[in-house]
Amino acid sequence: MKPVTNVIIAGVGGQGVVKASDILTEAVFRAGFDVKKSEIHGMSQRGGSVASDIRFGEQVLSPMVPPGEADFILVMTEDEAEAVESQLKAGGTLLTPESLPGYIDEDADADEDEETRLRLRCMNVALLGGLSAFLDIPDTCWREALCANLPKRAWEFNGKVFQLGRELVDQ
Amino acid sequence: MLDPTERLLLSGDAAVARAALDCGVHLGVGYPGTPSTEILEDFSKLGGNAEWAPNEKVALEVGIGAAFGGAAALVTMKHVGLNVAADPLFTVAYTGVPGALVIVSADDPGMHSSQNEQDNRNFAKAAGVPMFEPSDSQEAYDLTREAFRLSHKHQIPVLLRMTTRTCHSQTVLRRAAPIRITEPGAYQRDIKSRVMIPGYARPAHRRLRAKLAAIEQEFTGSELNYVVEGDRALGIIASGISYVHAREAAPEASFLKLTTTHPLPVALARKFAAGVERCIVIEEGDPYLVENLRAHGIPVEGKDEGYRFGELNVGLVRGILAHAPAPEPATPRGRPPQLCAGCPHRTVFATLARQNCIVTGDIGCYTLGVLPPFEAMDSCVCMGASIGVGLGLRHVLPPEEARRVVSVIGDSTFVHSGITGLVEMAYNPPPTGHLVLIVDNGTTAMTGFQEHPGTGKVLDHSPASKLSFEDLVKSIGITRVHVIDPTEDMRAFSDLVKACLDSGELAVVIARRPCLLAERKQTATERAAASQSCTP
Ligand SMILES: Cc1ncc(C[n+]2csc(CCOP(=O)(O)OP(=O)(O)O)c2C)c(N)n1
Ligand code: SF4
Repeated sequence: MKPVTNVIIAGVGGQGVVKASDILTEAVFRAGFDVKKSEIHGMSQRGGSVASDIRFGEQVLSPMVPPGEADFILVMTEDEAEAVESQLKAGGTLLTPESLPGYIDEDADADEDEETRLRLRCMNVALLGGLSAFLDIPDTCWREALCANLPKRAWEFNGKVFQLGRELVDQ
Repeated sequence: MLDPTERLLLSGDAAVARAALDCGVHLGVGYPGTPSTEILEDFSKLGGNAEWAPNEKVALEVGIGAAFGGAAALVTMKHVGLNVAADPLFTVAYTGVPGALVIVSADDPGMHSSQNEQDNRNFAKAAGVPMFEPSDSQEAYDLTREAFRLSHKHQIPVLLRMTTRTCHSQTVLRRAAPIRITEPGAYQRDIKSRVMIPGYARPAHRRLRAKLAAIEQEFTGSELNYVVEGDRALGIIASGISYVHAREAAPEASFLKLTTTHPLPVALARKFAAGVERCIVIEEGDPYLVENLRAHGIPVEGKDEGYRFGELNVGLVRGILAHAPAPEPATPRGRPPQLCAGCPHRTVFATLARQNCIVTGDIGCYTLGVLPPFEAMDSCVCMGASIGVGLGLRHVLPPEEARRVVSVIGDSTFVHSGITGLVEMAYNPPPTGHLVLIVDNGTTAMTGFQEHPGTGKVLDHSPASKLSFEDLVKSIGITRVHVIDPTEDMRAFSDLVKACLDSGELAVVIARRPCLLAERKQTATERAAASQSCTP
């Protein structure tokens, strides 16, 4: 049996961790894999750490990524990386905003520049785009998963940042 | 028509809701509590008849009545909720039900959002009710249906024991054809079964034990419990989430997968243990399976005591199998949650901290008042305890200390189990008086903004009769009752708290200001409802 692929998505509440994991899970589900996704939620208040485990392959048993066996870790901000890095297996890939060079214009002020503000807000989807470059999942599955998890008015912009993340990611 | 090949991706909670719909559940009733809350929310969204009760005891009693009337009733709660509902549970096991009654207990090993990590498998044994434990969403779906079938067949309440991981993990499942388990008809009177005076309860207890013996027979021959043949050198007995962790940690081993963990299929376990060289039980939490199998004389190995705490995972199971000592508890990674910026509870705790109060607290978002910068809470035991604990302190502390004691309780918590505490306060007033602060943010915020009797809306947010806290408090006999928005004028709020404490009388202050997030969520929902639907 082929080994399962282990992904962890981490951040703090309000950064779209759960949304990103929903999209990834749905995409691999549509691609026909067995998939399990596990996350801890339940506290309504903002600001606490959130992490979601997504595992997929021919057959998945435990819904939690075993300690130190993540193939990919996505973090929404640089400072969240430290808390989860130890979960990465040797040779695994850590994707942070820095993995997408040029995605955010360093000179732009997010308060002034609408594009930068939106790009920051959609960091979760941009990182998924980056992840998609490493995974063998049909494009249609990604697109359907994005549409199924986002309101219609957000489709176009998220489609764009997904594609951007995919192109910018340094492999 | 049902397409049997259609794959669904659902959480365990959503799977229970779907199964309840697919086996004709007439009524779902519960009280919110992570990780069980989504079951009834999803059941309602699917078109099921679902309601929030004021607390778990009432929820179970409503479920019992429905099942006495011949209906199929689903009752949901988190693990500590079953403590509240334990009184009816232990006796409905005796009475039995002509319809069907399934109680979901959602345990929280690791205490992701709970005040303890009690293992409710012990309740199944103590009360004498059959128990199922699913390992994933497919099993949550199948076992919900199976639990209703068994409940109706043996006229007995059944416990479906889930955990945070099975409730909140999403896994793939396929539905089965819809069925109807039972239909209510004209009321069938059965005094000797349902009126538990001692004379009728004694034979009822014997009937319960006979039912359990028959069910154990059924479970022993059931496909729900099965052996996975592997290397005979290592045999693992496991149930629930522990089973999938163990399968992954030791793919070569032989397994006895237990799905019915009360009554235990003892003959099956005995045969399995005899057929392997090393037989070990892998289980999260208390040594429930180990102790009960050993009590039947089955020689099984258990885990080191250090593994009792928290959740298991694949790595920890490997440790248990290798006799490795349990690792030191990991420091929780990342940041703890905090009261939202602009949360009305913030003003309340800033005030109490400044006035150097002794605060007996309660459970909800406002429990976070214990964290810096406020650190304005001195106790938090269980829902409703703030009032009784505050009164106890008032009774015994020296007067100058007693005067500093304040009980703080949320609106949903007040309805859940604060009212009787207030009756105690009026009935046995402490010599220095007392102050109860109801922090009324108009929602059950902690568990995801559910309605309760004080919000004037029911589960699906449609209007209902609204409980007036001020009228209720006055009718209990407390005359000093104030309603104030603590955020409007902090000074006025602070002065009011001080005046109440100085009065030496019994006082209730209702600090009323809506939860910020709930308000935002509501406007967002209204906006979404107003705009057109956008399903692709
Ligand atoms: C017996 C029991 N049932 C349910 C829960 C889960 N729970 C914790 S706090 C809470 C209610 C919180 O609502 P409220 O008192 O209104 O405070 P808020 O979170 O809105 O500040 C619930 C349902 C629990 N801890 N114990
Ligand atoms: S969810 Fe509401 S009650 Fe809870 S911390 Fe945030 S604003 Fe306060």
